[in-house]
Amino acid sequence: MCSTCGCGHAETRIETHSHDAATHHHHTHQHSDAHDARRLQIEQDILGRNNAYAEENRRYFRQHGIFALNLVSAPGAGKTALLTATIDALKPHCAIGVIEGDQQTRRDADRIRETGAGVIQINTGKGCHLDAHMVGHAVAELQPADDSVLMIENVGNLVCPAMFDLGEAHKVVILSVAEGEDKPLKYPDMFYAADVMLINKIDLLPYVEFDVQQCIAYAREVNAGIRIIQLSATRGNNLGEWTEWIKQGLKQRRVA
Amino acid sequence: MHELSLLEDVLQILEENAESQGYRRVKRIWLEIGQLSCVEPEALRFAFDAVMKDTLADRAALEIVEQPGQGECAGCHRTVPVESLYAPCPQCGHYEVQITEGMAMRVKQLEVE
Repeated sequence: MCSTCGCGHAETRIETHSHDAATHHHHTHQHSDAHDARRLQIEQDILGRNNAYAEENRRYFRQHGIFALNLVSAPGAGKTALLTATIDALKPHCAIGVIEGDQQTRRDADRIRETGAGVIQINTGKGCHLDAHMVGHAVAELQPADDSVLMIENVGNLVCPAMFDLGEAHKVVILSVAEGEDKPLKYPDMFYAADVMLINKIDLLPYVEFDVQQCIAYAREVNAGIRIIQLSATRGNNLGEWTEWIKQGLKQRRVA
Repeated sequence: MHELSLLEDVLQILEENAESQGYRRVKRIWLEIGQLSCVEPEALRFAFDAVMKDTLADRAALEIVEQPGQGECAGCHRTVPVESLYAPCPQCGHYEVQITEGMAMRVKQLEVE
């Protein structure tokens, strides 16, 4: 059982912070004879609990000058490669912490750890997304430095993570040119929720059928104001535009 | 799959209100689901019985109230119906439509005893 909030998520594992099996919603069924049925107006947001945790995270990030980004993509778009390249480029300028979300294994966290950045792995088990509550615990474990960048790598999934606010400053959606250029139309919720779209693996453009301009047009149909950066994480093409954007975001949040 | 975790949150709302509102059983639940939200009503229905089994809402009926999408067009400044996040304004064809309704996911009403 979690000591800070009494939670007990069965499948979720945060490094050095294991939750016991859930028992919190197995209640004894009670039959009622004497009471009449009545109606109650509730009007409660289903995501209210997640959003409250997200606001707590956001407040914490603001107080500590932490620039938090929620990285979302389909599996294989290059999130982890982007992270390691970004960390290498930003390391001389600022502290960087990483929260890694995957259903299973610590493989991604191990890749990040090699860069020297602080990292916490969350395994969601059967879960298909990170939620604000898990991230709050991971932040407590990670203890990111004041005035640092926090990169939250969400579970590889273009659907569910769209609706869960983690308290981040921005959602960043990554799409690689090895995918279809119509993904913004096929998965509009995510492209609507994101503030930035990275088109990754542009070094592969000569070898694939991917219409960059069409992809950008589709993304703007869903989200007219989305910022778009084309880059290659592994070759380093145009990585500077992305890291400059992060540096600017961090500068605006500094508390020191 | 996020429908499952949303229903876990619904259950938590039911349990919290059971204490404050003094009921022991939930017989019927009205959920308001926006047509532009990321929730598929059929997936909700599919998972509902399984999540509510052996809880205070065991065998409760689920009513889904769909909330239609609506937005303000940045091109013609009219309030227009919105069918999808990528649909242009039906009045002027402009793509920048600020969604004002249709994203809701809300526990609206309960029948309890």
